[in-house]
Amino acid sequence: MFDIDLWREIFQSINKNRTRSLLSGFTVAFAILLFTILFGIANGLQNTFAEAFSDDATNSIYINSGKTTKANKGLQAGRQIQFKNEDFSYIKDEFGNKVEFITARIYNNVQASFRNEQSSYSLRGVHPDHQFLEKTNVIEGRYINQNDLENKTKVVVIGRKIEEDLFLKTTALGKYINLSGIPYKVVGIFTDDGGDYEERIIYTPVSTAQQVYGNNDYIDQINLTYNPEMNYDQALAFSTSITKKLKDRFSVASSDQRAVRVRNMAEGTKAVSQMTFGLTVIILVIGFGTLIAGIVGVSNIMIFIVKERTKEIGIRKALGATPRSIVSIILMESILITAIAGYVGLLIGVGVIELAEPILKDYFIKDPGVSNSLVIGATLTLVGAGAIAGYFPAKRASKIKPIVALRND
Amino acid sequence: MLEIKNLHKSYPIGDSSLHVLKGINLSVEEGEMVAIMGSSGSGKSTLLNIIGMLDEADSGEYILDGLPIKNLTEKKAAVYRNKFLGFIFQSFNLINYKNALENVALPLYYQGMKRKERQELAMFHLEKVGLANWAHHLPKELSGGQNQRVAIARALAANPKLLLADEPTGALDTTTSHEIMAFIQQLNDEGKTILMVTHEEDIANMCKRIVRLRDGVILEDVKVTQVRAEQYV
Repeated sequence: MFDIDLWREIFQSINKNRTRSLLSGFTVAFAILLFTILFGIANGLQNTFAEAFSDDATNSIYINSGKTTKANKGLQAGRQIQFKNEDFSYIKDEFGNKVEFITARIYNNVQASFRNEQSSYSLRGVHPDHQFLEKTNVIEGRYINQNDLENKTKVVVIGRKIEEDLFLKTTALGKYINLSGIPYKVVGIFTDDGGDYEERIIYTPVSTAQQVYGNNDYIDQINLTYNPEMNYDQALAFSTSITKKLKDRFSVASSDQRAVRVRNMAEGTKAVSQMTFGLTVIILVIGFGTLIAGIVGVSNIMIFIVKERTKEIGIRKALGATPRSIVSIILMESILITAIAGYVGLLIGVGVIELAEPILKDYFIKDPGVSNSLVIGATLTLVGAGAIAGYFPAKRASKIKPIVALRND
Repeated sequence: MLEIKNLHKSYPIGDSSLHVLKGINLSVEEGEMVAIMGSSGSGKSTLLNIIGMLDEADSGEYILDGLPIKNLTEKKAAVYRNKFLGFIFQSFNLINYKNALENVALPLYYQGMKRKERQELAMFHLEKVGLANWAHHLPKELSGGQNQRVAIARALAANPKLLLADEPTGALDTTTSHEIMAFIQQLNDEGKTILMVTHEEDIANMCKRIVRLRDGVILEDVKVTQVRAEQYV
């Protein structure tokens, strides 16, 4: 039942005892404010990590080549190692059962234009598997396929940003884009979680790139993902075995660190997952710590408030107040204050985070923020804690004999 | 009106207990004005608190207006206090953040009266104690005498059968004391039954009957000729 007189009593009590109300409100607001900000920042930090390491497949292995640093088997140091199509096929044949996806990469920079718009972008010659390695998300059309590869068709898949840059408001799909003088048909548009840079890349079949930019069968890089069922140790053994075989194949000294470089993401992934776990623990500790501090603060204030009001309770009882009305007036007041204060704290906290977001970005904190349900949950916890902390003293106060309460000065 | 038989009350003090009231028999008729006197520790305040249902007796009978007051639940005691009794305290006991009008209206709030009605009624009682112009002042903005008059108006608001006053003039100077007593006498003239605890002889003589307590028993219970307080004002 909505009792307007009870609420009038409550509002008068809140309004006339401003210090008391502000004090308890401030505690709750501050606890929620801290909770929101700390949790938001911690979340932002976690977002940064997640983004930095999960954009590409985490079971990736990257194979690059360079110049030899040591003489070996009668060959001089300083020899350039160059991967070719046959090396790609060799790895595919040799490790076929352990490989999930595999692609070659050829890097080129091109001047791309469509009608009057032009800009320079990086072009990558790739195999169809590249889509899964890079977690490329095709939103329109299709990716490079086997048919393109075999026929060396002049097709490209472009990032969404390129479509925005060059095609302005029109769709790029099916149109011809001019790359350094040669027209390519746009067969697909993609997005990538890696950000704007990743969305300004042009993909073309590796065979096409080889024909157009050098007329050779050179490959700049080989990327592959291993069978995800392999555990950490197996994955490391796998990449060691690749390194060894490739070094033998190119007659590179086994101690040469530059000529054949195999980078296994598993090493980083393990560190990252440990780091993420550590962060999660820190976040939980911070969250609970703040909440507990808030609960303790609210409880103290409630006990103080009830003590302060003991005489008033005695007067009210002498005038005919039932114990129930005493408890309800104290509890409703505290719940009202903590709820409003919690909401204020939430608003300020979210506001602060929003304002600080551009600055925080420089400190590797991305999209800081707390889910609404979490903060509302935290506020409700504080309100509940305030209610429980207030209930027992209020109950006790409502039970003491009015004469004792009246003597309390 | 009020019938007390063989009332006992003791307070625990550590392991032993202090026997404060040792078998009190008292009967008060409607329209009486009784002063309960005694030195401190005589049990006079305890008796008043039991009569006021602010405290409970250990044994004995207490019948108020035909109703036996025994083993009351907190809720029932609250209703009885509100319906039957009006309190006047030495230290006024007004709620400090409520103005005079709101203080007077508070017992009516606990009666469940509508806001408009209770404000009108509270205003009527404030006019009666001559404080209509001070209705919207807080207790701290009023003098001691004015505060006690607000408290009297509050005690009267619920139209109780019995008015209980615990040292009503204890915190006031002589002139103001007489003013308040004149007022209480006037209420008695109008038919209110009044029970008052005091240790001042001249105040007691302004009542119609004096009950003297010593060490928890009634020493003397005499009717006196009332001294009118108006003559001193």
